[in-house]
Amino acid sequence: MRALLIRDLRLAFRSGGGFGLGLAFFLLVAVLVPLGVGPQGSTLALIAPGILWVGALLACLLSLDRIFALDFEDGSLDLLTTSPIPLEGMVAVKALAHWLVTGLPLTVCAPVLGVLLNLPASGYVWLVLSLGLGTPALSVIGAFGAALTVGVKRGGLLLSLLVLPLYVPTLIFGAEVVKRGALGMEVATPLMLLAGITLGASAMLPFASAAAIRITLR
Amino acid sequence: MDLVVSDLCVARGGLTVLEGVSFRLTSGHALILRGPNGLGKTTLLRTLAGLQPAVSGSISMAAESLAYGAHADGLKGALTVEENLGFWAALHGTATVADAMKHMNLSDLRARRAANLSAGQKRRLGLARLLVTGRPIWVLDEPTVSLDTASVALFGAVLRGHLGQGGMAVIATHIDLGLPEAAVLDLTPFKAQHPLSAATGGFDEAF
Amino acid sequence: MSIWEYANPKKFMETSSWALPWVAGLSVVCLIAGLIWGFFFTPDDFRQGSTVKIIYLHVPSAMMAINAWVMMLVASLIWLIRRHHVSALAAKAAAPVGLTFTAIALVTGALWGQPMWGTWWAWDPRLTSFLILTLFYLGYIALWQAIEDPDTAADLTSVLCMVGSVFALLSRYAVNFWNQGLHQGASLSMDKKENVSDVFWIPLLVCIAGFVLLFLTLVLMRTRTEIRARRLQALLARERLA
Repeated sequence: MRALLIRDLRLAFRSGGGFGLGLAFFLLVAVLVPLGVGPQGSTLALIAPGILWVGALLACLLSLDRIFALDFEDGSLDLLTTSPIPLEGMVAVKALAHWLVTGLPLTVCAPVLGVLLNLPASGYVWLVLSLGLGTPALSVIGAFGAALTVGVKRGGLLLSLLVLPLYVPTLIFGAEVVKRGALGMEVATPLMLLAGITLGASAMLPFASAAAIRITLR
Repeated sequence: MDLVVSDLCVARGGLTVLEGVSFRLTSGHALILRGPNGLGKTTLLRTLAGLQPAVSGSISMAAESLAYGAHADGLKGALTVEENLGFWAALHGTATVADAMKHMNLSDLRARRAANLSAGQKRRLGLARLLVTGRPIWVLDEPTVSLDTASVALFGAVLRGHLGQGGMAVIATHIDLGLPEAAVLDLTPFKAQHPLSAATGGFDEAF
Repeated sequence: MSIWEYANPKKFMETSSWALPWVAGLSVVCLIAGLIWGFFFTPDDFRQGSTVKIIYLHVPSAMMAINAWVMMLVASLIWLIRRHHVSALAAKAAAPVGLTFTAIALVTGALWGQPMWGTWWAWDPRLTSFLILTLFYLGYIALWQAIEDPDTAADLTSVLCMVGSVFALLSRYAVNFWNQGLHQGASLSMDKKENVSDVFWIPLLVCIAGFVLLFLTLVLMRTRTEIRARRLQALLARERLA
């Protein structure tokens, strides 16, 4: 399994694409929103938590279709399925690799964009913490969507349509943590619910994703 | 442990393609599958590899003993020859990358990216993957596509070596691999007579 | 004699062709009776005036929007466990009907909300949940459309339906957490005190029965169409082979 993780990371770094692209997209969102909304600091501070979370979510979405589609096209998915590691484990490792190259950098870079959006000082800790806890769920749920659409040609748009509704709870709790944190309110409840979604999704969804891949390869 | 296939029926796209396929393969032997295009050779091999369920019949072999070689080689263009093989070796828990490269005459290309290989070299790399899996039963679908005569001979030698060590192979191919001792199974007689009935799970019959 | 007998397409076609006119007729009778009664023979609400009468469309369609998804979930599970094709096709047939009910609930809600709350749309938890439910329906229908092999499509949509149900439920609670909302409480509940008074309640029940029967009619018709389409495919495939 470690070999698979190393391979996926290596491929992500070498072929560029997903890794830098997601971050660049995140940056673009943070630059475009003030241009659209206007430069008033108070307005930006109000919407910063939501914009940062929505931006991170869309940046995550960009590279989802690469999780399985590339392996499906070149035949690796067939060979991985017949290899000694269980398919469920393979899905989990691939979701982890996706998180390491998208979710983790987004989490690390988010405070910088928080400055651009005038996020109140008390919100930064919660921004990083909520993204750190929530983006793994985005990768795991996204891997499920990617598994459903792996056999569909040009399935990118379909993938977004399937995955975005599934992202709703994660988005709500994640943005809620930052919003409350920025206002200095108590954040424990949404934070725990967010962690619950991540843990629950990581535990259950790989089985659904593996089932979807088996059905597609059949 | 032998590979035993009995009364196997396989389907593709909702249509039964082959039925009543039975054979037994023992250690050190190869089986060549022949038959015209579209008969269902690939479907049969995918079923053997466990990628799709059989409609009926049974396949018995030792667990995790099968290495599948498809039309597509599953190579990553961004990785070098050595990294490609190293990945599959690590996945299967073996350490025979250098040997495999030597056998398939890839040692000189070890640091080259797979994207820069010729079609024949890619195929050789795809076949070298079989060696690093360390699995006894090879299930191969047209392994010699885009190989030149010398490479076919090279692969024939590798295959013979594998059989000599007690391995097995089921190969769908049209050309002579230089294995006169291998049994040949012509699949034409197993062509399904009633393609719709079994594959649709009785759905169609109910009307 | 088992209930699974009706999962046989032939038996299903026979039974449904016999039942369909009755279900359809009863649904028309209930809808006409319930709506006329509700619209013209109930008093105006002392606060909401005559606008309250839209509940005779709004409440039943909102109920059916959710019930249709539950029916799809049950049908998907039956397909995954017992591999009855009729069940998978019924789930496929129900999705656009459910989507339409969701749309009716949203539109009638907007029409009602305008005079009552002074706005067509508010990000109220109930409204938001229905909007999210619409997205789930759209995704489910799109996945059916995108996959060519019918059995693969049935399997994948069933998996999506199961996972989607869990996330739809999660979204419902998340949205509640996110905003407390303007929407009045449920119009119907087991607790008598919460309930609307009897003059509204009985015609509403008749309307709900009408909507349930309408849903049944549409799903039966659409499932029959799907079965015929599959039959046609099988015939064409057979012709090609002959």
